Amino acid sequence: MTATAQAVAPQMRILIIEDDRESADYLVKAFREVGYVADLAGDGEQGLAMAESGDYDVLVVDRMLPKRDGLSLIGALRDKGNRTPVLILSALGQVDDRIKGLRAGGDDYLPKPYSFAELLARVEVLSRRNVGPAEETTYRVGDLELDRLSHRVARGKDELTLQPREFRLLEYLMKHAGQVVTRTMLLENVWDYHFDPQTNVIDVHISRLRSKIDKGFERPLLHTIRGAGYMIRDGIR
Amino acid sequence: MTAFGKLIRTTAFRLTLVYLLLFALFAASLLAYFAWNTRRMITEQITTTVNTEIGEVTGIYDRRGLRLLFNTIQSRALRPGANLYLVTTPSGEAIAGNVGALAPGVMGTTGWSETAYRRMDEQDNAYHRALVNVTELSGGFRLLIGRDLEERRRLFGIVAKAAQWSILVVVVLGIGGGIFVARRVLQRIDAMTGTAQRIMAGDLSGRLPVGRSGDELDRLASNLNAMLERIEALMMGLKEVSDNIAHDLKTPLTRLRNRAEEALARSGSEADYRAALERTIEESDGLIRTFNALLMIARAESGQARGNMDDFDAADVAEGIHELYEPLAEDGGMTLRLKTAPAPLHGNRELIGQALANLVENAIKYGNPPEAKTAETKGAVVSLDARQILIDARLEGDQVLLSVSDHGPGIPESERKHAMERFVRLDSSRSLPGSGLGLSLASAVATLHNGELRLGDAHPGLVATLVIPARASERLAVQTPDVSQKVA
Repeated sequence: MTATAQAVAPQMRILIIEDDRESADYLVKAFREVGYVADLAGDGEQGLAMAESGDYDVLVVDRMLPKRDGLSLIGALRDKGNRTPVLILSALGQVDDRIKGLRAGGDDYLPKPYSFAELLARVEVLSRRNVGPAEETTYRVGDLELDRLSHRVARGKDELTLQPREFRLLEYLMKHAGQVVTRTMLLENVWDYHFDPQTNVIDVHISRLRSKIDKGFERPLLHTIRGAGYMIRDGIR
Repeated sequence: MTAFGKLIRTTAFRLTLVYLLLFALFAASLLAYFAWNTRRMITEQITTTVNTEIGEVTGIYDRRGLRLLFNTIQSRALRPGANLYLVTTPSGEAIAGNVGALAPGVMGTTGWSETAYRRMDEQDNAYHRALVNVTELSGGFRLLIGRDLEERRRLFGIVAKAAQWSILVVVVLGIGGGIFVARRVLQRIDAMTGTAQRIMAGDLSGRLPVGRSGDELDRLASNLNAMLERIEALMMGLKEVSDNIAHDLKTPLTRLRNRAEEALARSGSEADYRAALERTIEESDGLIRTFNALLMIARAESGQARGNMDDFDAADVAEGIHELYEPLAEDGGMTLRLKTAPAPLHGNRELIGQALANLVENAIKYGNPPEAKTAETKGAVVSLDARQILIDARLEGDQVLLSVSDHGPGIPESERKHAMERFVRLDSSRSLPGSGLGLSLASAVATLHNGELRLGDAHPGLVATLVIPARASERLAVQTPDVSQKVA
């Protein structure tokens, strides 16, 4: 099975546990617009009950909730063996808060305020874990092929020479082929930094990578998604 | 509260009252001791004199008989300032002496007694007190010899008066002194309170009056003044920050609002609306970044990020940042070079990385060599070397130095300190995008690690260095070989 075969699963089920009614409604509406099934829980207890009974692909959990806070909710779920991926939303956006959230069993952490594009991209990447094994040794997008073991990259018949970091960047993009990957996701996962660069430092890396994999080829694979990030996919879906 | 009420409530006044009471008690007991001893001395003197006389007189009577006794008594009784004498017959009839009247029953009992009496030759009917001894003579006669106690009484009177006066003087002086001291203290405290109230009302430039005596109040006042100095500086800083926040956050907010308003007012196409909304999102992303940076600085400055520290090599961080920014520098027509030596640190890797990233971003943004015009006048050619930025990580002594140097215009020495403050954007950089928080974040991160951010001259250009104490265990490890060599 190749990465391209795993298109975004239709009818993804998301549970949003958020006490602020307005932002919760906004999230539910936005997720439904992109074709997801989105349910809403208004407090920690209800959220825990729904998360246990419902068959969700991803949980979006606010960190500060009435009745039971987000971290304890995640802890309770994990204790019961529930492995549903969790994305924590929090106004506490500092590095140590993030680490605390991930230690409690969260899979990703997004500080408020966030853009929906960023949230959507992260939720899609998270849910992929639920859907199928992403640990193949070879990723393929169109005629672009990346061998994770031999670190070889080829487009069609041409062997491409990539710097180690360019390889990791491409690897991450191809692992999530067909999904939007944001700049902060790249900075976090490829460089392991969690700060906001004030400059377009990621864009420069992308354009270098693009010049290596797309330059001189008729069909571009690495696309810029305006207002969100980047996506690698075969031009025709 | 009345002025007097305030006065008597002062500590100084109350202390004075306590001391006053103590001194009064002391004076009273001193006088009492003196009076008591004097009285005993006088009594002893009287008894000795009287006993001697009784011995003499009874001797005369025993040897010479009643007549000579009579003569002796009479002659002694007539001397000026004589003692009291009285001789009675067995029937109680007075036959000799100078006592005119006695309290009844005195002659009935022998031995010492204190009694009221009246002298025979005195015209007034006033009775006096006397200490007398009655002796039984052979043949039923009784002899009384005594001494007037007037002297003792007068002495007692003097002592009592002295006690009265001294206590009065002590009280008057004490209360007066107390009021004086209390008023002096109160005046100074009132002055302090007044200043404090003015300061509370908002005039932070007010300072407490400090006298020249260097006493405890002066020391308190100068310490409070130092505290006020610090508070004023902090408040000024806060004011500056809030002014800056007002400016640097309100400006983009205004821009954002204006654009939304403009897009609404102008009935444009869907594409126009879309463009306006996209710009709005861009602008608000910028705002969020500024907020995040501010929060991060606040966190670092308050030391909250201390919980998340581990051991790492600053050289690795430098390598990572170099790798991340190298393409960006190249895009800007510059070269980003890296020079590293092991530099062990204990700290927040993420924050150190971000601080270094900020320095590199600054170098890329502002590190372009001065315009060709300046270069020409100096006769220099802007070479590739001049467009080089160097990241250098090394261990120097027990300090890790992480520096970023460029060959741009640099920062004049006078402005370096200012440049690290929040939201400060030197005039030369105002036209370029940025939040003005990069250096202050780097500085806050250095402070969090007990280090500092130093700005220096790269001849030409700017060198910004994070100076951070190296990992303690590493410093130990460096010392250990020396020890082992000595042992070996």
